[in-house]
Amino acid sequence: MTLDPNTLLTILAMMAATVATRLGGLLLVSHFTLTPRLKKALGVVPPAVLMAVVTPTALATGLAETIACALTAIAALRLSLLPAAALGVAAVALLRGIGL
Amino acid sequence: MSISGRNGEFGAGLRAAAPLLVAMVPIGVVFGAVAIGKGLSPLEASLMSLLVFAGGSQFVAMDLWTHPASWSALGFAALLVNLRHVLMSASIAGKLDDFRGWRKYAAMLVLTDESWALSEFRVIAGRLTAGFFTGAALSIYLVWNLATLAGALLGSVMGDMSAIGLDFAFPAVFIVLLMGFWKGRETGFVLLASASAACLTHAFVPGAWYIAAGALAGLAVAAFGHEEAAEQPA
Repeated sequence: MTLDPNTLLTILAMMAATVATRLGGLLLVSHFTLTPRLKKALGVVPPAVLMAVVTPTALATGLAETIACALTAIAALRLSLLPAAALGVAAVALLRGIGL
Repeated sequence: MSISGRNGEFGAGLRAAAPLLVAMVPIGVVFGAVAIGKGLSPLEASLMSLLVFAGGSQFVAMDLWTHPASWSALGFAALLVNLRHVLMSASIAGKLDDFRGWRKYAAMLVLTDESWALSEFRVIAGRLTAGFFTGAALSIYLVWNLATLAGALLGSVMGDMSAIGLDFAFPAVFIVLLMGFWKGRETGFVLLASASAACLTHAFVPGAWYIAAGALAGLAVAAFGHEEAAEQPA
């Protein structure tokens, strides 16, 4: 069991950042009134952030990943979280297996 | 509220979270195993899950992990990936008046996508209580950490997971969540802007800046897109 000082510092930095975002919203609504435009922008934070996070995997990793991402998105239209994600994982394993 | 009522609400939170808890086990195990693969010790992997407790940013951190770890780059990446919590906590805070004073702040510390979504749904279904939120959030905290520990201890025997596609579990989960935020054509423009900016930034700028670039491009489209549409005759 080792604990590297740099790793600990990194974990604490990540914790501070995450705590700031978790408390930030509560502090925001209890101290400020948001303009309509700001509200509108904040309303699309979830899709905008998630899209940016998956973009390198979806578009710049390989053909297998790109196809599996598309299949996962289609599966999500019909299936719930667990089966749709499992289908994506199975698809990427299969596509890598055939050498894509 | 009576003691039995409180227990009932706690149990309702547990029951609502149960399917998500099942889904979380393999993801937590994968996180623990990936962390070991990146050179973290089981103690370090567990500390990250205990203190950060935000799956998405923990996976992004593993993606960007270097030796020695760069606290500034990874702290900033966590900030970017978790910016959505600002919105989530802003939205749910007003609906959690069952929590008094500091307890509301404490509750926000264990807010996750899952407990947030379950709580928002509970608001639609009736009334959100402190018991319900506690049952959902604490069971998620417990399972995420146990799964991380199991994965970290099993990590060295699991070997390379890319062959069975487990490294793809989180992008897959994000894509499924992403599809749930679809609200028509305007969302399409937001996604297009986000993906374009993220792709360009990822190609030319090292580090996690692509997340900020993509997110801000998406926000800009939402903030300024409506006015343009309003200026045009319907």
